[in-house]
Amino acid sequence: MQHMLMFYENEAQVAAQRDNAERAGPYWDAWNAYMGALYPTGIVLRGDALLPPSAATSVRLEGGNRLVQDGPVAVTKEQLAGYVVIEVPDLDAALSWAARCPAATYGAVEVRPVLDLSNQG
Amino acid sequence: MDGSLQEHGRRAAENAARTSYGRLLAYLARAWRDVAAAEDALAEAFAQALDTWPAKGVPANPDAWLMVAARNRLRNGARARKTREQIASGLVVLAPTETEDMPAIADKRLELMFVCGHPAIDAAARTPLMLQTVLGLTAERIASSFLVSPDTMGRRLSRAKARIKDTGIAIEVPGQDELGERMGNVLEAIYAAYGQGWDSTGNDDQTRKGLTEEAIWLARVLVELRPEDAEALGLLALMLFCESRRAARRVDGRYVPLAEQDTALWDLQMAREAVEKLRKAGGLKQPGRFQLEAAIQSVLVQSCLTGADLRLPTWTLHELLAQRAPTIGNLVGLAAATAEVHGPETGLRELAQLPEAATMDYQPFWALKARLLQQLGTDQQATASAFRRAIGLTEDGAVRAYLIGKSTQQTG
Repeated sequence: MQHMLMFYENEAQVAAQRDNAERAGPYWDAWNAYMGALYPTGIVLRGDALLPPSAATSVRLEGGNRLVQDGPVAVTKEQLAGYVVIEVPDLDAALSWAARCPAATYGAVEVRPVLDLSNQG
Repeated sequence: MDGSLQEHGRRAAENAARTSYGRLLAYLARAWRDVAAAEDALAEAFAQALDTWPAKGVPANPDAWLMVAARNRLRNGARARKTREQIASGLVVLAPTETEDMPAIADKRLELMFVCGHPAIDAAARTPLMLQTVLGLTAERIASSFLVSPDTMGRRLSRAKARIKDTGIAIEVPGQDELGERMGNVLEAIYAAYGQGWDSTGNDDQTRKGLTEEAIWLARVLVELRPEDAEALGLLALMLFCESRRAARRVDGRYVPLAEQDTALWDLQMAREAVEKLRKAGGLKQPGRFQLEAAIQSVLVQSCLTGADLRLPTWTLHELLAQRAPTIGNLVGLAAATAEVHGPETGLRELAQLPEAATMDYQPFWALKARLLQQLGTDQQATASAFRRAIGLTEDGAVRAYLIGKSTQQTG
């Protein structure tokens, strides 16, 4: 089963960490170590880290009119910071990788099954 | 006045819930041979108690009152599916009257535990089933502790209860031929609950708190009901030893490994109780893995408190344990003990012999490997790489921070 792990971070909190000379090291160490533990298992199909939500642009058409806004679609405290898609036997296995993610400690990780189009005929 | 009476009623209902749930459920489930129906009826009886006790006063025998209320519901085929209004309208008919004969409730929790350890029940469902039926924990709480989705956990529990009903598993103590296996499963199930709680240590949030207290409580019930079982005593001793160090494992939110713990923070009364249980187990002359694990803990406590060099007896116990149960956890533990006696190089050689498939995502393997490589100090790159794996595989923010700190030191 393919599952997407979506990493949510509190942007203000994380920015304070990344911009602090003393705390930036452990922040990146934790992420590098997590990815360093995840990739050798060979279960990662794809994944990316994203630039902060301040770099986002949202587009929608309202009554045929284009509406372009700076920032993410939903302005919430915790924002999508990155994702991986992993191939695991079941949801339990996906959840155990989610729990190991640094974001689970100070943010949240959403786990979602990937729609399997090969079953759609 | 009125308020304090109400408060008294609410507290009495809550207290009954904590202390009597398992006894009542075991009794009802056994009589009706249907765990799920007994649970529903008991839940309604508790709801009814919360409604009526604060206003009318607590009955003389709360357990018997709850049992009669639940039994009446079972007899009337009442189910939790009914709406609250329906339940309320049935209150008058179903509420036990104080004059009704209040039966004595035999303690059938042991029988219920044995059902949870039945081989026909999926191994993954045994611990959750025990936590729910004997202690009354919710599926949500159990799901979080086991890192399973609440939906999945709910289904697993329903399936297990349906299986008890459909296959007609009797709620009784099994005969001699089955006793050993079932008891083993019961002990494993309790220890699994403790393990989940141990992992999530340091979390003060009640809803996400681990199940260590619950596991110890279950083991106490088991020891009380089967005082002649050495492994049950061994399991209780093991958990008490671990629990006695809880306060010292975290200082100001920071993780403190055993070797650096302040023994003044240990709960020595609890450790003494563990020693006493282990001694009693030893007297029964039925050796087993839980007694071995408790003995290892006992030696650790002794050497930390007295400063005595007990590395060799520790290694011997690990060796015996690994022979009896060669799990990845026990083999990594043995390698750690070997390194203490023969040095990091020998420990690393033992680690290298473990199958890669089992060690790839096993955090304690990488944590030990990193520590031993750092002690050896000959291969900086391999050390850094092992630390990265250990850091990346932990769920625990405090352990993560500790290891990141360690990984930047030059030598251990």
